[in-house]
Amino acid sequence: MSDKPLRVANVSLSFGTVEVFQNLSVEIEHGEFVAVVGPSGCGKTTLLNLFSQFIKPSSGKVVCAARARMVYQHDSLFPWQTVSENIALGLRHLNDNAERTRQLGDMLRLINLEGFENHYPHQLSGGMRQRVELARALIGDSDILLLDEPFSSLDYLTRIRLRNELARMLDKLPRTVVLVTHDIEEAAQLADRIIVLSDRPARICSELRVDLARPRELTHPAVVTTVHKILAELGLEEETRQAMMSPTS
Amino acid sequence: MDVARGFLEELRTGRLIDDIVASLFRVTTGFGLAALTGIPVGLWLGNHARARVAFLPLINFFRSLSPLAWIPFAILWFGIGDLPTVFLIFMASFFPLVLATVAAVANIPSVYFRVAGDYRFSGTEVLTKVTLPAVAPQVITSLRVTAGLAWLVVVAAEMIAGRAGLGFAIWDARNGLRMDLLVCGMIVIGVIGIVLDRILLQLTKIPSVRWGYER
Repeated sequence: MSDKPLRVANVSLSFGTVEVFQNLSVEIEHGEFVAVVGPSGCGKTTLLNLFSQFIKPSSGKVVCAARARMVYQHDSLFPWQTVSENIALGLRHLNDNAERTRQLGDMLRLINLEGFENHYPHQLSGGMRQRVELARALIGDSDILLLDEPFSSLDYLTRIRLRNELARMLDKLPRTVVLVTHDIEEAAQLADRIIVLSDRPARICSELRVDLARPRELTHPAVVTTVHKILAELGLEEETRQAMMSPTS
Repeated sequence: MDVARGFLEELRTGRLIDDIVASLFRVTTGFGLAALTGIPVGLWLGNHARARVAFLPLINFFRSLSPLAWIPFAILWFGIGDLPTVFLIFMASFFPLVLATVAAVANIPSVYFRVAGDYRFSGTEVLTKVTLPAVAPQVITSLRVTAGLAWLVVVAAEMIAGRAGLGFAIWDARNGLRMDLLVCGMIVIGVIGIVLDRILLQLTKIPSVRWGYER
């Protein structure tokens, strides 16, 4: 028996003739922030879908021993609901109206969106919408946060701001987090552990640990070193060196 | 001046009001029935792929038929008066509404259903809290388009299968060579068409559907 809240053990998964995973095993500890990076199409989001039990593996075991909530890559807020109504989806289990209102107020304060509770998503900026998405997943009784490239549609500066926001939110409301991202900086700035996946069928190339409290400065030596290591694992530093050495015509 | 005099004459005799009421009654009944049945059928077809494959060709077939082609059958089945006109309006509105609703359901981003699953929505909640609000803007737009179509059809249908109504009034004016009353009828029809659209336009101002028009 394992007490890990999230676990895939010897998982294989194929879509038709495309083999995505072959005997992949990943374990996530309680309260850990794990980032998953890898080449495009290697199966990062599929791994998240396995964790959330949205898809079943062809073989192997998937364990999700706690309540998990997902934040999606694209706009997943209900556009016909206000900010409050969207966030309150995460409080559906509560019957006590006063408690719902209190928790909702606390969350709106935490994400700095007081005064926007009656706005609709299309009336907010991309960054504000993403904060509401995080709030909906964080509020209430969730234990695990599954983040599927949550900041990928935002501009660079907003992405950096939202990383700090997420770190601040998790400081107040600790969760076990799995972040799938193509943004290597984001992984290095936020995660305790970074899993680097290979091309399909995906296997774990390496696991990197970052022992540094959040929020982290983007230019902190530990973050920069981790970015270098990830790039090296993905073979991108080598590619760049070769491109620099090749003669130009 | 002749048209204005004709308009006052029609108002004084009360015939214009009677014709407006008759036409509006037929449009609201036929169009209302089409909306009450067409939208649920569209929702059902939108959610059931096999039924969609089976029934969409049939619906497209009937959508392609001009509602006026049904006039002989309408008279044969329902005689002259309200019923054949209501039937023709229904036939003109039902199929476009079904198709528009099916298309709106097909366009709902799948992520909304995933979110509904994450937050454990029941089947009824998925319908009332996801599908319906997600299709509302598109359905409202198609209601506006179809209402215009219904108003076109009522005039044409009343010319042949009516004993009252604005279409019948125009036909009657034409038979009596009263061009003033004919133009008066045309103006009233155009104005009521605009008013009907303005009324339906109010639906687009509901805050929870604004997203469909402002993005």
